Amino acid sequence: MSAPAQQQPVVQFVGVSKSFGATRAVDNVSFEICRGEFFSLLGPSGCGKTTTLRLLAGLEQPDDSGGEVRLMGQPVNRRPPYERQLSMVFQNYALFPHLSVARNVAFGLEQRRIAGAQIQERVRRALAMVRLDPDVFGRRMPNQLSGGQRQRVALARALVLEQPILLLDEPLGAIDLQLRKEMQLELKALNKQLGITFVYVTHDQEEALTMSDRIAVMDRGRIAQLGTPAEIYENPRTAFVAGFIGQSNFFDGRVAQHWDGRWLLELRAGGALQVPHHPGLEQNATIRVAVRPEWMNLRRADSVPPGENVLAGTIRDIIYLGQTLHIIVAIPSIGDITVALRNEGQITRPLAWKRGESAIISWSIDDCQILEES
Amino acid sequence: MAWWREHALHWLSQRPRARAGALLAPGSLWLVVFFAVPILIMLGYSLMPRGLYGGVERGFTLEHYTRFIDPLYLDILRRTLAWSLACTAICLGLGYPVAYTIVRSGRWRNLLLLLVVLPFWTSFLVRTFAMIFLMRDTGLINDWLAKLGLIQHPLTILYTPFAVMVGLVYGFLPFMILPIYASLEKLDRGLLEAAEVLGARPAARFRRVTLPLSMPGVVAGCLLVFIPALGSFLTADLLGGAKQMMIGNLVQNQFSAARNWPFGSAASFIIMSLILLLLSIYLRAQGRVEAAR
Repeated sequence: MSAPAQQQPVVQFVGVSKSFGATRAVDNVSFEICRGEFFSLLGPSGCGKTTTLRLLAGLEQPDDSGGEVRLMGQPVNRRPPYERQLSMVFQNYALFPHLSVARNVAFGLEQRRIAGAQIQERVRRALAMVRLDPDVFGRRMPNQLSGGQRQRVALARALVLEQPILLLDEPLGAIDLQLRKEMQLELKALNKQLGITFVYVTHDQEEALTMSDRIAVMDRGRIAQLGTPAEIYENPRTAFVAGFIGQSNFFDGRVAQHWDGRWLLELRAGGALQVPHHPGLEQNATIRVAVRPEWMNLRRADSVPPGENVLAGTIRDIIYLGQTLHIIVAIPSIGDITVALRNEGQITRPLAWKRGESAIISWSIDDCQILEES
Repeated sequence: MAWWREHALHWLSQRPRARAGALLAPGSLWLVVFFAVPILIMLGYSLMPRGLYGGVERGFTLEHYTRFIDPLYLDILRRTLAWSLACTAICLGLGYPVAYTIVRSGRWRNLLLLLVVLPFWTSFLVRTFAMIFLMRDTGLINDWLAKLGLIQHPLTILYTPFAVMVGLVYGFLPFMILPIYASLEKLDRGLLEAAEVLGARPAARFRRVTLPLSMPGVVAGCLLVFIPALGSFLTADLLGGAKQMMIGNLVQNQFSAARNWPFGSAASFIIMSLILLLLSIYLRAQGRVEAAR
């Protein structure tokens, strides 16, 4: 799953910044994307992910002395979009309303002065690739298509150019869940099959996890963390990442003692946890720790396992989510902690836990993620 | 609220058709009284013999229409068509770039739009007189040119076809700019960006995306200029010195000086049917283009 690092990157951002008035939409961002990679820019709205993509497309220019955007190793800061070797699928598809589906797909080819017969052939192939029958859909106008069909036309219009880089700006945002799941897998398959580099912008963490080789999580114009989906989920570096990708329980405390490769963390709210060693961790540092709800267990008072972190509390609420059950446990002076239990079928029916019962939360020391200041 | 008003509103809320009728009634009544009825009266006049002292006499005749088929009048008709077309073309050529620039002028946009409609704050008649002062032999233009030493003798500008064309274009230019502005303003910037990313240079982007998508505005603007230009008479009268008539002048003359209302009515109907004919040809062509897509 990790990126092929030895090749020359097709996209490089070197300390790129972009301001709109007084706001820094993109703030000193650096990353590299390798050939054939499925690279996602993930973050909440306003985090700068779309601006980053637009900088790459050439629809925005970096600030003066705002770093360098490189494509295939070439600096392209001031190069207009029509001279960059990439194509793009826009958020609302941006299909030309006055052109038929076939003419929309042919648009980019016509700009490149490709012979008419060849254009027809390539348009048919591109439409077939996104599973639209050219004979049925070729002559339709964009306003005669459903959302999913428009999305496919937009994709065909971008793919037909056979550019080495494809930019996608939340292309599945307006599609219903069922079709979105299908399209996610299709896009991932196209990426592998065509060997085109995909740069994908989304605010949907599940979507990013599903499709990406690597994800750049963005927060307030900066990259909060960059890594494979597993790296980001398993080892979130900041509280923002831990909270945005999946769910996390947070604990604040002061590092007290060290023994046997572990640290004792004295919680601000009282009580203590054991946390694993982490580079840069030193005595008396105040740190924040994240623990995923599904890494925690719920136990009876009489069956506490040794060598784990343990907190005692009362079950405040049980939220049924289908695949999982979220048990909200109120811990005195700490607050609510969420524990995720897998729905294991007959075993959990009837559920062994009830509201108001006292329970003990336990989890492995190594499942404590030590976070950096964001 | 009086009980009957509540009752009436309730009655209307149950009946969509009656509601639509109630909403249409005031406007329709206005149009029937002040548009349809006068047109029918004019149609009647155009088919009746002319009275001795103006007005009409009883009877039926087509002589006013046949009278029009005369080189004298056909010449006026041809000139009217040619000038109106030229005026439309010039307005389009001047107006499109203006509308395009206003749309892209950011915070100056509303101010510039205001400037476009500013002339409407004064009567057209006053403005046309102002143009006489500008263009006559001792007018401002000749004055400036002489002071700059560019000419020895004043140029004859006023009372030429050129002056009429200047007046027509000046008068109708806003009607071209505003609809084009409206259609360009609606244009989704995302489409322009998509065109660029797909490889379209600025010129191709304009030709393939901006222009076709602003066509509704162009068409509306052309109709708004061409149709009133066909019927205009004031400009040709004041700036052309009544030397070269447009059909509007003919109609006006027949109704006022010549006191020949039937012939004036017939000429009006001839312009009207011409406009309808051109419009229907255009709409047909438009329909075919759309069906072909």
